[in-house]
Amino acid sequence: MTSQAAAVELPGRRPETGVEGVYTLKLGMWIFLLSEVMFFTSLIGTYVILRFAHPEHFAEPGEVLSIELTAINTFVLICSSVTMVKAFASLQHGDQAGLKKWLLATIILGTTFVGVQVYEYIHLIEEGFVPMTELYRAEGGPLYGSTFYLMTGFHGTHVTIGVLALIFVLTKAMRGEYTPQSLGGVEIVGLYWHFVDLVWIVLFTIVYLI
Amino acid sequence: MSIDNHTHPPYMKIFGILAVMMLAKVLVGISDLPKGLSIGLLILISFSSALLVALYYMHLRFETKKLWLLAFIPFPLVAILILTVIQEW
Repeated sequence: MTSQAAAVELPGRRPETGVEGVYTLKLGMWIFLLSEVMFFTSLIGTYVILRFAHPEHFAEPGEVLSIELTAINTFVLICSSVTMVKAFASLQHGDQAGLKKWLLATIILGTTFVGVQVYEYIHLIEEGFVPMTELYRAEGGPLYGSTFYLMTGFHGTHVTIGVLALIFVLTKAMRGEYTPQSLGGVEIVGLYWHFVDLVWIVLFTIVYLI
Repeated sequence: MSIDNHTHPPYMKIFGILAVMMLAKVLVGISDLPKGLSIGLLILISFSSALLVALYYMHLRFETKKLWLLAFIPFPLVAILILTVIQEW
């Protein structure tokens, strides 16, 4: 049996041999994440171009959006990355209790992030900052509102999907399905989660601080 | 991941650095620095933070060379995308 075949026959597991030492699921997740880089780059690139082409239609940092609230939320997401990596490290050491504890902490932090984002949206909409807001309408369309909600909305959706995936992984962890020899699921979800964190680090800067 | 062949990276230390970088970003963002300098600093800090996450939390630092190559494939494509979009400026 070739190492490639072994990787195919053991979905979710971490065979010692795989395609160049990278097992199939992980390779798939990396390729998916690279497509996500292109996706978010197109969103951010469009925002930057519009922002600098029509600066008069965008508010200055802190004028409309709350930097303080989002800074706290960013901190929450950074904390969730640590808890996620701790969950993975616990599993590597065979610490099942640690795995569940850190996964649960990550879920709570991720849910908090989404909750704060929903709160922010409600607050902004009440203030009249909606995607089609006249306040920041440039020739051709409402720029600020639509780009803001598009970028943060897509990111929030990614976080929500991540939380659901983490709940699924926690459920499997409760059944004892992960071991130091079979930790693919935790690693794959971890990669996705850290990527979502990484994207937010850039988004927070571009949308809220520049 | 070949992370298990190495000692674990100092996760909490990296968390501390990320937290400090985030605080620095906020301070630069609300400061009265010239716009150009402020944007330059913010981009530098952001990409450094993102790099730390990729290297140590996503364990890219300990991955094979082929995965490194794979991870860097989007960057030329990103450059092409930006150059194309910038024409619309």
